[in-house]
Amino acid sequence: MIGEIDSTIINLTVFVLAIFVGYQVVWNVTPALHTPLMSVTNAISGIILVGAMLAAGSVESDWGSWLGSIAVILATVNVFGGFLVTQRMLEMFRKKDKKGNV
Amino acid sequence: MSANLVALAYLVASVFFILALKGLSSPLTARRGNFLGMVGMTIAVVTTLTVTKNWMLILGCIGLGAIIGAVVARRVQMTAMPELVAFMHSLVGLSAVFIAIAAVNNPVSFGLPAVLTMGSKLELFLGTFIGAMTWSGSVIAFLKLSGRMSGSPITFRGQHMLNLLLAVAMIGFGLWFFFSDTTNWTAFASMTAIAFVLGFLIIIPIGGADMPVVISMLNSYSGWAAAGIGFSLGNPMLIIAGSLVGSSGAILSYIMCKAMNRPFLSVILGGFGGESGTIIIGDGEQKIHRSGSADDAAFLLSNADSVIIVPGYGLAVARAQHSVKELAEKLIAKGVTVRFAIHPVAGRMPGHMNVLLAEAEIPYEQVQEMDEINSDFSDTDVVLVLGANDVVNPAAYIAGSPIYGMPILDVHKARTVMVVKRSMAAGYAGLDNDLFYMDKTMMVFGDAKKVVENMVKAVE
Repeated sequence: MIGEIDSTIINLTVFVLAIFVGYQVVWNVTPALHTPLMSVTNAISGIILVGAMLAAGSVESDWGSWLGSIAVILATVNVFGGFLVTQRMLEMFRKKDKKGNV
Repeated sequence: MSANLVALAYLVASVFFILALKGLSSPLTARRGNFLGMVGMTIAVVTTLTVTKNWMLILGCIGLGAIIGAVVARRVQMTAMPELVAFMHSLVGLSAVFIAIAAVNNPVSFGLPAVLTMGSKLELFLGTFIGAMTWSGSVIAFLKLSGRMSGSPITFRGQHMLNLLLAVAMIGFGLWFFFSDTTNWTAFASMTAIAFVLGFLIIIPIGGADMPVVISMLNSYSGWAAAGIGFSLGNPMLIIAGSLVGSSGAILSYIMCKAMNRPFLSVILGGFGGESGTIIIGDGEQKIHRSGSADDAAFLLSNADSVIIVPGYGLAVARAQHSVKELAEKLIAKGVTVRFAIHPVAGRMPGHMNVLLAEAEIPYEQVQEMDEINSDFSDTDVVLVLGANDVVNPAAYIAGSPIYGMPILDVHKARTVMVVKRSMAAGYAGLDNDLFYMDKTMMVFGDAKKVVENMVKAVE
């Protein structure tokens, strides 16, 4: 190859492949669970928490770190809120499952 | 931890996120899927902790966020799920903007070069504007869904032109930021401000009926925002997780548009449900409908062999799910086959009606999707329509009708139809419904909950 590959190109590769994975996986989700799908993807997009932690954890800058801290709070609300409300909804689908099998 | 180990841990977390979504393919594996998602998130957060400082501050913030999140998740009403989801999208958007600003301010703490490269600037530009639009768009969606703002579309002359001009200006400032040698805060701040305004302007013209599309679309945006930040920080895990969410939201938007037979572009351009032009009032003749009481309806129901119940959002508004469940149980005890037929846009977000019925402990085996049940209507004795209108309007089969081509539940093919409704008023599409005037149709007027309760009493 002619020189080093730019990291943006590598990221782009990951991006395109991940979209294909997402496309395949999501079409297999049963329509009855589309609301839990949305809340769990909400929790997963809370992964932005990782970026927020890096911002909050920087020692050199003062206000950047404060912005990061706020972002950590916001993203954590998403992560916990998303996973827990999904769990709550899925429990409802389980109760029925038990009854249905009796 | 070394950079390679961190990257490997992030890869493991990414795989867990994919498995989490895969679990949702069936209600039986869904809870495990959600659990795997939590495991993935824990791995990601713990790994990140090993490479950051200010642990006390970070853990304190996480603790605070966790408490808020847990309380919200516990308290929210199932009917309010769309609002909660919109609220959470807005948080992702705002976090993305904050992170991008922090990264522009101090790139070194994110492992970026002190003077941002062209590539990094482009990525930061993408992460920021998508995040900003997600935030303001979701705030409007939240206000509309929770009734704090009218659901009717807000349109004005030159709206699309204004949006276009703003988009061009935003890209212009982006290019200025991109080509400046030093960190150009003026360009960056102007671009971010315009993105906030754009997100706001894009959502206000979209009407209440199209909310299921909007909420799916914002779901998608929030994913792209996370992926954008992943690009900015060169973090493949954020890119993977963000893309999963982004494609999930895009697919849901597509499904919702298809269920309403509305081209995605026309939903985005907005204005639906507000123009008087879409209202078509019959052919001028006074049409005759037949109405009956809850007792009459109960008599027909208990003497049927097969019953299909079609719930619409009106049912949820009247909080009648539990009474409906009681009715279904009583009928089943009498040997009647009872099933529920769900149209994809029955609720205010994809799959909403399924959750509302599940909350009322209606077994999900009795609940069927439109495609599964549509061919069975012609063999069904009685169909009970509760708070649904446009999704059972046979006008969808008449060429030239505004809803022509929209997939509907073929309720009109059943032997007897009963419709519980407050009045003869038209639905979102502003259309009269011929189903109500058929010889085999009986209208039962009143509040869905009261009517169903009376039916339950009458079925003995």
